[in-house]
Amino acid sequence: MRQAWLGIVVGVAFAGAATADEFAKLVVNGEIEMVTRTQAPDHMEAIDEIRSGWTFRTGETQTLQMDDFDNPGMVFVEQAVEAWAVAEGGMGKSCADCHGDVADGMKGVRAVYPKWNETAGEVRTLEMQINDCRTTRMGADEWSYAGDPMTNMVALVSSVSRGMPVNVANDGPASETWALGKEIYYTRYGQLELSCANCHEENYDNYIRADHLSQGQINGFPTYRLKNAKLNSVHSRFKGCIRDTRAHTFSPGSPEFVALELYVATRGNGLSVEGPSVRN
Amino acid sequence: MAEGVRARVKAPATAAAGESVTIKTLISHPMESGQRKDGDGNPIPRAIINRFTCVFNGETVVDVMLEPAISTNPYFEFEATIPEAGDMVFTWYDDDGSVYEETKSIAIG
Amino acid sequence: MTFTRRQAIATGTGFAVALALPLPARAALEDTIAEFTAGAAVGEGGITLTAPEIAENGNTVPVEVDAPGAVAVMLLASGNPSPDVCTFSFGSLAGAQRASTRIRLAGTQDVIAIAKMGDGSFTRTQSTVKVTIGGCGG
Repeated sequence: MRQAWLGIVVGVAFAGAATADEFAKLVVNGEIEMVTRTQAPDHMEAIDEIRSGWTFRTGETQTLQMDDFDNPGMVFVEQAVEAWAVAEGGMGKSCADCHGDVADGMKGVRAVYPKWNETAGEVRTLEMQINDCRTTRMGADEWSYAGDPMTNMVALVSSVSRGMPVNVANDGPASETWALGKEIYYTRYGQLELSCANCHEENYDNYIRADHLSQGQINGFPTYRLKNAKLNSVHSRFKGCIRDTRAHTFSPGSPEFVALELYVATRGNGLSVEGPSVRN
Repeated sequence: MAEGVRARVKAPATAAAGESVTIKTLISHPMESGQRKDGDGNPIPRAIINRFTCVFNGETVVDVMLEPAISTNPYFEFEATIPEAGDMVFTWYDDDGSVYEETKSIAIG
Repeated sequence: MTFTRRQAIATGTGFAVALALPLPARAALEDTIAEFTAGAAVGEGGITLTAPEIAENGNTVPVEVDAPGAVAVMLLASGNPSPDVCTFSFGSLAGAQRASTRIRLAGTQDVIAIAKMGDGSFTRTQSTVKVTIGGCGG
């Protein structure tokens, strides 16, 4: 019954929808070559080929990501470049004081997060790590988990790893959190009783009303959305999706979303880090 | 002055005399249209960039009048002829009276 | 700037009403054009408007106008609450009478470009852009 109902909704394809050039090559600034389609990681059973959200967008939206000047998300990265060098908190330190030039100090970091932190005994997202730096090393206040300063900084850190393959670990001590994330991914939420998988695994490339469903990959986050004209964090997008199922959502930074981010990130292992990407 | 306004300009550092070059500009600005209402149902007043100009050595390249239908973070791309070396001045005029200015020097080479 | 779902519906309803009762909306559009042309006749040809057939989001729609020999080009969105979008005036150092920008469209509608040429004549073109308003606000 539920399957039939979803079939009806998804079956009403948007007539005359723009066909994205899904086989186009994504090269940013004429030099960063992105892997936008590749073989799915072994742990994924239902999908053979994973695809960046970029391959689902129209040509106009795709073009915006191919040049750092055309990509409006880079304006917010520039704001983070300034914040990187600003000393804050009781210890009078900036990010740069410990990590040096962001392009050197942070290269490759985005590709492996979320990541198990042995000392803390938990899986940490980039946001959690940044806030840990702020409080324990800088003596500064935490940033709001999905607020603009945080999301802009995550975008800066992501930007210096663009083109590197996502390589997030799901084994060892991270496996318990990963399993929780997987459970959430396949759990139906809300009055519409939809799981992540219902749209992004069973129906990607179909239309749900006017929306061209992607695989829900997060290798392009933070992403500049044409809809709200700013950078959006992974957890903000999760929250929006779950809200659209008419459910009470988890909060950005909650253990549930951290676990979900870990799981979803590993579904993109092999795609390139694209953040900040441009989406609709 | 709207908060956190930041202008970006992409122009070549050098050009051949008389060459036409592509210029791109973007300024971060909310472009509040005046059509929206806040949570209490009160109209949010219009607050936009209403004019953008690009001038090279005192001569106009382009002069744009903007209305609320221009997207958040206004973007323009256009062509400029570079007759000689000089300064290209970009100016954005805000509804609130603020003026944001950027200058790029272009050499002949 | 973002539109809430409610505002998007309201905008859509307004657009539907405008279709049913075209006179007021059309009057605003005609007035804006008349102000630009000072009532002169408007021809066709010599101007190109490039806009997507389908915009994934009406908040940011890339458009380009190209009108060789024009001194000014006005862009209009026929289905917006107010039809004006922007007017480009090309100066002596314009390398071409061509410009691109990103605009807001309240719904599916015609985008119109009118050029004032160097000899004082006017020419126009238009392009229909379908705007998808989806359910996945995020």
